[in-house]
Amino acid sequence: MSLSAFLPALPEIFVLVMVSLILVIDAAVDDSKRYLAYVLSLATLAGAAFLTVRDLSTMPVLALNGLFIDDPLSDVLKLFLYLTVAVVLVYSRDYLRARGLYKGEFFVLALFALLGMMVMVSASHFLTLYLGLELLSLSLYAMVALQRDSSIATEAAMKYFVLGALASGMLLYGMSMVYGVTGSLALGDIAIALQDGTDLRIPLVFGIVFIVAGLAFKLGAVPFHMWVPDVYHGAPTAMTLFIGSAPKIAAFAFVIRILGQGLESQVTEWRDMLIILAVLSMVLGNFAAIAQSNLKRMFAYSTISHMGFMLLGILAGTQNGYGSAMFYVLVYALMSLGGFGMILLLSRAGFEADQLDDFKGLNRRSPWLAFLMLLLMFSMAGVPPTVGFYAKLSVLQAVVELGYVWLAVAAVLFSLVGAFYYLRIVKLMYFDAPHDTTPIAPSADARLIMSANGLAVLALGILPQPLMAICVHAIGASF
Amino acid sequence: MDSILSLVIWVPILAGVVVLATGSDKNAVLARWLALAGSLTGLLVAIPLLTGFDTTTSAMQFVEKSAWIPALNIHYHLGVDGISMPLILLNSFITVLVVIAGWQVIQDKVAQYMAAFLIMSGLINGVFAALDGILFYVFFEGMLIPLYLIVGVWGGPNRVYAAFKFFLYTLAGSLLMLVSMIYLYFQSGGSFDIQTWHATTLGMTAQTLMFFAFLLAFGVKVPMWPVHTWLPDAHVEAPTGGSVVLAAITLKVGAYGFLRFILPILPDASHELAWFVIALSLIAVAYIGLVALAQSDMKKLIAYSSIAHMGFVTLGFFMFSPLGLEGGLVQMISHGFVSAALFLCIGVMYDRLHSRQIKDYGGLVNRMPVFAALFMLFAMANAGLPATSGFVGEFMVIMAATQVNFWFAFVAASTLILGAAYTLWMYKRVVFGQITNPHAEELTDINARETLLLGVLAVCVLGMGLYPKPFTDVMHVSVVDLLAHVAQSKLP
Repeated sequence: MSLSAFLPALPEIFVLVMVSLILVIDAAVDDSKRYLAYVLSLATLAGAAFLTVRDLSTMPVLALNGLFIDDPLSDVLKLFLYLTVAVVLVYSRDYLRARGLYKGEFFVLALFALLGMMVMVSASHFLTLYLGLELLSLSLYAMVALQRDSSIATEAAMKYFVLGALASGMLLYGMSMVYGVTGSLALGDIAIALQDGTDLRIPLVFGIVFIVAGLAFKLGAVPFHMWVPDVYHGAPTAMTLFIGSAPKIAAFAFVIRILGQGLESQVTEWRDMLIILAVLSMVLGNFAAIAQSNLKRMFAYSTISHMGFMLLGILAGTQNGYGSAMFYVLVYALMSLGGFGMILLLSRAGFEADQLDDFKGLNRRSPWLAFLMLLLMFSMAGVPPTVGFYAKLSVLQAVVELGYVWLAVAAVLFSLVGAFYYLRIVKLMYFDAPHDTTPIAPSADARLIMSANGLAVLALGILPQPLMAICVHAIGASF
Repeated sequence: MDSILSLVIWVPILAGVVVLATGSDKNAVLARWLALAGSLTGLLVAIPLLTGFDTTTSAMQFVEKSAWIPALNIHYHLGVDGISMPLILLNSFITVLVVIAGWQVIQDKVAQYMAAFLIMSGLINGVFAALDGILFYVFFEGMLIPLYLIVGVWGGPNRVYAAFKFFLYTLAGSLLMLVSMIYLYFQSGGSFDIQTWHATTLGMTAQTLMFFAFLLAFGVKVPMWPVHTWLPDAHVEAPTGGSVVLAAITLKVGAYGFLRFILPILPDASHELAWFVIALSLIAVAYIGLVALAQSDMKKLIAYSSIAHMGFVTLGFFMFSPLGLEGGLVQMISHGFVSAALFLCIGVMYDRLHSRQIKDYGGLVNRMPVFAALFMLFAMANAGLPATSGFVGEFMVIMAATQVNFWFAFVAASTLILGAAYTLWMYKRVVFGQITNPHAEELTDINARETLLLGVLAVCVLGMGLYPKPFTDVMHVSVVDLLAHVAQSKLP
C-alpha cells in the first residue's frame, strides 16, 4: 500500500500526531504554562479543519481496504465536530481553571474523543465503527472521572462505564450475528448481501435487535436511557457540555452508517423498533424533565426527548428523513452547546449555577445573557423564528411523507409538554427576582462565543436555507 | 414601491431592536421617543396600502414573492386582499396608541416593554400578510414570545399562571395546525402556498380532521367557548397596553385564520360542521354574556364581553353569506376600536386608584367629567348602540342569521340585551352615584395624552358607526370571491 492510500485519513492522522505531541509537551511544562495545551488543542482543531476543507470530497471514496470512507457526509460532520469541540474548549476554560481541572489530561482526552468520533463518522466497516466508538467511550469515561475527589462524579463515571460496556457488548453481539448472516463486516458488502433477502431471517433480525439496542444505549433513547441523567448530572459541567454536544453528532453518523447504509434494505425491520424507541423517549424525556430542579438533569431528560425526535427522521428511511435528522442533530448540538455553556458562564469558583433557581432574575443581572438563553430555550421548544422550529418541521415532514401522520401528531403533542419546562426557564429569568446578585463576569472570549451561539440560533431561524442545503447535499451525495 | 408589505412588517421589528438597544432604564426617555417614532413610521409605511388599494379585484395585491427555504419549497410570499388589508392598518394604528398608553405607567424595563410591542406589531402584520403556510406559521407562533413576556413581566400578581396558560393553550392548537399544514403540503403536490391549498382537493375524512386541528388553533386565539379560559386570566394580569393588543389585535388573528384557512381550504367540512361552530358561537354570545354580567373586576368583564363579541364574528362567518361575512369583519374592526378604548379607560382608572374592582369606584362623573363622557360613548358602542361602530357589525350578522334560521338570530340578538346590561350596569356603578371611596375624592380628570388617545378612538368609533361604507367597500369583492370559493366542493 502506498503512502497516498492514507491521504483520505489525513485529518485523523494529524489529530493523532498532535494529541501525542500535546501529551508530551504538557508533561514537560510546569503549571504556569498549562495554557499551552489549550492553545495547541485549538490549533489542532483549526489544522484539522483546514485539512478537511482542503480535500472536500464530492463523492464517496473508500480507502484503507474498505475500512474507511471519505464522503461529503463525513466531511460536513467532521467540520461540525471541530467547531463543536472548539466551542466546548472555550466555554470550559474558566470553569476548569476554577476547579483545578485545567490540565493537559482534559485536552488530551477531549482530542482523543474527537479522534474517536472522526473515525466513527468516516467508518465503513463494523471494525472501524467499533474502534471509533470505543476510543470515544473510553475517553469520555475518563473525562467524567477526572474530578477524582468528587464522589458524585466518580459514581457517574462508574455507571457510565458499566452501562456503556454493556451496550458495546450488545452491539458487538449484534454485529457478529449480521456477520454470520452476510459473511462480511464491511457495510457496503453487507448492503449488497442483504439486497436480495436472505434465508437466515431469524439470526438477522436478532442481530438487528441487538444492534439497535446498542445504538439506543449510545444515543440515550428510552428504555436504554438510564445512564443519561446520572452522567449529565454527576459529571463536572464542562464534561457534560462535551458529552451533550459533539458525541450526538457522531452517534447520528453511527446510526446512519449502520442502519441507513449497511442495513438499508432491512428498513421495515428496524423502523418499528425505532418507532417504539422514539415514542418512549419523547414521552419519558418530556415528562420526566418537568420534575427536575437541577438544570443539568433537566437538560439530560430533554436530550432524551430530542434524540427521540431525531430518530423520527431516521426511521423514515428516506434521504429526506436522513437529511432532516442530520439537520436536527446539528441544530441540537448548537442548542445544547448554548444551554450547557450558559451554566458554565454563570458558574464561578465554588458555585455551579446548575440549579433552576440559579437562573432567577437573570434578566436583571445580565439582560444580554438572559436574552441569549431565551433564544436557546425557545429554540429547544421549537418555537419560530428560532432554528429549532425548522429542525422539528423538517423531521415532521419526513414522517408525514411516510404516511405516519399519527406519529407526527404524537410528536407535536409531546413537544407541547416539552415547551412547558423550557418556558419555565424563561419565566425564572424574566418574571422572577434574582436571589443572588453577584455580578456575572464571564471572560470576553466566552461571552463573544456565547453571543455568536445564541444569535446563530436566531439567524439560522430566519435564514435556515444554507444549513439545510448543506445537509441535503451531504446526504444526497453520500447515498 | 414593491416592498410596502415588507416595510410594514420589518420597520416595527427593526424599530423594536433599536429601542431594545437603548438598554437600561437610564435611557427610558430616549426609548419612549424612539418607540413612538418607530410606531408612527410603521403606521406611515402602511398608509400606501390604503391609498393604493384596488377595491375592484379580489386578487392579492402588493404581492412579494421570493424563494426563502428552497430545500422545503418555502417562499417569502406576501400579499393582501380586502380581508387582510384593514387588519394590518388596524394593527399599525393600535400600536401607536399602545406606545402612548404605556408612556408614564411603565417605569420598569421601559425599553424591553416598548420593544416587545413593536416587534409583536411587526409579527402580527406578518401574520396578516403571509401567503405561504410556513411563513404564516412563523409569524403566528413568533408573536407568542413577546406576548408571553409582556403578560409575564409587566402583568399583575397572577401573571405567571396567565402567561403559561396562554402560551401552552395557543401552542397546543398551532402544533396540530402545523401537522395539518405538512399534510396539505403533500396533498397539494409539494407546496406551502396558501392559494395553492385553496385549490387542493381533499377527501372528507382529511377535511374533517384538519378542520378540527385548524379550529383548535384558531379557536384558541379567537377565543371560542370552551377554550376561552386563558383570555380573562391573561387580560386581568396584563398591563393596559398588553390588554389592548390582546383584545384589539390578537383575537383578530384567530378570526382571520378562519377566513384564510378553514373556509377556503376545507369548504366541505366547513359546511358539514357549520352547526358545530354556530353552536359554539351562540354559546359564547349568550352564556359568556351572562358570565360577564356576574363579574366584579372590570377587566374581566370586558374580557368576557370580548369573547361574546368574537362569538358574533365566528357566527357571521358560518352564515356563508356576504352580509354575515362582512358583518363579522366589520365587527372585528369595530371590536378592535371599542375594546382598545375600554381597556384604555380601565387603564386610566387603574393608574389613579390601582384597583380594577367595580366596588372601589362610584361617582367618578363628579371628579372626571370629560372621562365619563368618553367612557359613556365606548360603553354604548360596546352595547351596540346605533350610530356607533358596535351596532353595524352586530346588525349585519343578525340580519344574515335571520336569513338562515330564525332561532340563530334570536339567540344572537340576546347580546343586544345582555351587552347593554353588563356594560351599562358596570358603567352605572363606576361612574354614577355617590363617591364612596375616600381616595376617589382626589381623582383628577384625564390629561392631554389620555384625552388624545380616547378622542382618536372616539372618532373612529363614531365614524365607522355613521358611515361604514368605506370599510365594506374595501372588503366586498374579496368576500364575494371567498364565498364563491367556499361554495365549491373540493371533494375528489
